[in-house]
Amino acid sequence: MSTKRMGIAEALREGIAEEMRRDPRVFCIGEDIGIPGGWGGAFTVTYGLEKEFASRMINTPIAEAGLMGVALGAAPMGMRPIADVQYGDFLFCAMDQVGNQVAKMRYMSGGKLTVPMVMRAPVGVTGRGAQHAQMMEPFFLPLPGIKLLVPATAYDAKGLLKAAVRDGNPVLIFEHKLLYGSKGPRSESGTIDASSDIPDGDYTVPIGRGIIRREGTDVTIVATLLMMHRAMEAAVRLEQDGISAEVIDPRSLVPFDWELVKGSVAKTGRCVIVEESPKRGGLGAEIGATLAEEMLDFLVAPVKRVSAPNTPAPFSPPMEKFYVPDAKRIAREVRELMEIS
Amino acid sequence: MTKRSYDPAWLLGLYRRMVLLRQFEERVKLLFLEGTMPGTIHQYQGQEACGVGVCSALQSGDIITSTHRPHGHALARGLTADEVMAELFGKVTGCCKGKGGSMHMGDLAKGMVPAIAIVGGGLPIAAGMALAFKMNAEKRIAVAFMGDGATNEGIFHEALNMAAIWDLPVLYVIENNLYAASTSVAMTVKVPHLADRAAAYGMPGLTIDGNDVLAVYEATVEAAEDARQGKGPILLELMTYRITGHSRRDPALYQPEEERKKAIANEPIGRFGKWLLAEHHCRQADLDSIHESVKTEVQTALDRALAAPEPRPEDALEDMFV
Repeated sequence: MSTKRMGIAEALREGIAEEMRRDPRVFCIGEDIGIPGGWGGAFTVTYGLEKEFASRMINTPIAEAGLMGVALGAAPMGMRPIADVQYGDFLFCAMDQVGNQVAKMRYMSGGKLTVPMVMRAPVGVTGRGAQHAQMMEPFFLPLPGIKLLVPATAYDAKGLLKAAVRDGNPVLIFEHKLLYGSKGPRSESGTIDASSDIPDGDYTVPIGRGIIRREGTDVTIVATLLMMHRAMEAAVRLEQDGISAEVIDPRSLVPFDWELVKGSVAKTGRCVIVEESPKRGGLGAEIGATLAEEMLDFLVAPVKRVSAPNTPAPFSPPMEKFYVPDAKRIAREVRELMEIS
Repeated sequence: MTKRSYDPAWLLGLYRRMVLLRQFEERVKLLFLEGTMPGTIHQYQGQEACGVGVCSALQSGDIITSTHRPHGHALARGLTADEVMAELFGKVTGCCKGKGGSMHMGDLAKGMVPAIAIVGGGLPIAAGMALAFKMNAEKRIAVAFMGDGATNEGIFHEALNMAAIWDLPVLYVIENNLYAASTSVAMTVKVPHLADRAAAYGMPGLTIDGNDVLAVYEATVEAAEDARQGKGPILLELMTYRITGHSRRDPALYQPEEERKKAIANEPIGRFGKWLLAEHHCRQADLDSIHESVKTEVQTALDRALAAPEPRPEDALEDMFV
């Protein structure tokens, strides 16, 4: 089968276009989309789609709560909206619609209606200070009723997007600004290569299934999005020190592939969670608590979180570099854990 | 009241529907006060002409969104007293199998999404339903009910603006009962009429006597026809009055006595009944028999709700995802 190398933005674009071709009910709704001469959303994901799907690219006023509510209304009426915000931070503006309405409508109905709806939100601490650069996943982790996806590669981004469109439930996809590989005037400095060889033809990536990015025997490192790439880099450094790290990319936060993580921890006896978000109340806390409840007999060392501090994201580059875990820090903290156990 | 002529049987049907809403709510109030009914309630007494007038003008594929005060809307849209009463008791025979309760009752198959109890929350959702109708070239419309308080929410602005720029087939219906909970609309709004706010979106706005069921019906018929023909949304302000508390045991002491007396004299059911008699559409005995038959309907609904099974506790774990 032939393949084509592409980044996440391009892979998502292709995935959206294929789903729109496959199913006339699929449409995009968001800010600064579908404008000839425009950007295709803040990070070019929907660039040019208006040429093929003019009537199904719904460009909205600056109204995040409104557009999420509109998408929600269309979903049980037989449509399959893909709604995006320019920056994940703006989900706070939409929080009544997302948190009270999208997440709960099917449940409140006693299962009588369905909400097949995809939401997309760019995240990542990326040179913009506190309001255009935070990680949003921890705010949604405890919210029942929405599936949460965190694709770290172009292959997964396309496959998960397509699975989300077909899922039949509300699905929120977090995409990392440094992983998009957006080109042209909307490209991002400091980008990490997350491109993949995308096969021709249709494929999906199953929601709720993580993947082992690198096998190892001494310690399990769980990391998503940009942190997955940094963890891989750290694993190379650790190997030079004789430490064999297994890196797990969960890909879905809700539902979460507990089997994969627990299986790995049963093998290694150690678990480190790397987070770009503040330490308090995040994915690391959830994994740590679950391992303490269910895997204590297997652990030979305390569960460790390598996280951002409990502050907003700072702007100044030296402070930002301090804020976001990098490969050096991840490797150092793993080494320290190995020394005490 | 109207200058048009209507079939007397249809007029009595309107009357009966309003009486059903009233008697249902009066019974629910007693059940709640005596502690039989769980949860909390926001009631509809006095506003019956709004829900019944609007919903009587709708067609079967049309969909409404409701508010934290949805019992009247549900019954007006055609949910049965049985399934609404059972839902209030959290029974499996309720319209949402007990997952919704007072504030989230609805049934999409009957034209009502689960009621949305966050003030203004339904306004963009109705626009979204209307967008789907428009994209699919269906001649259906969406109707979003709201109270006067919702017009001060930011989402009111976002939703009405989008509905207007896209000419969506949606009716925005304010039931202005003069109070957002205990706060008078005069304390929170500077414009004389809430319908004036429509001008900000380039859509028509009308203020109508919301205690005149035929005036409400006729305005809705016209607005719905326009919306179906692609002429876009409208903001209808129905002037009414809540002749009960905001919720639970609220004695509504913030409603001045004179104002309340006047409102009770102007309540929609008595008013419509007098008109029906004066216009010789029926006799007093016809109205009396309607009251009797509704009484039986509500009692039957209550008996069935009480006899219906409770959900299994672990049913709480179902119905989140497909």
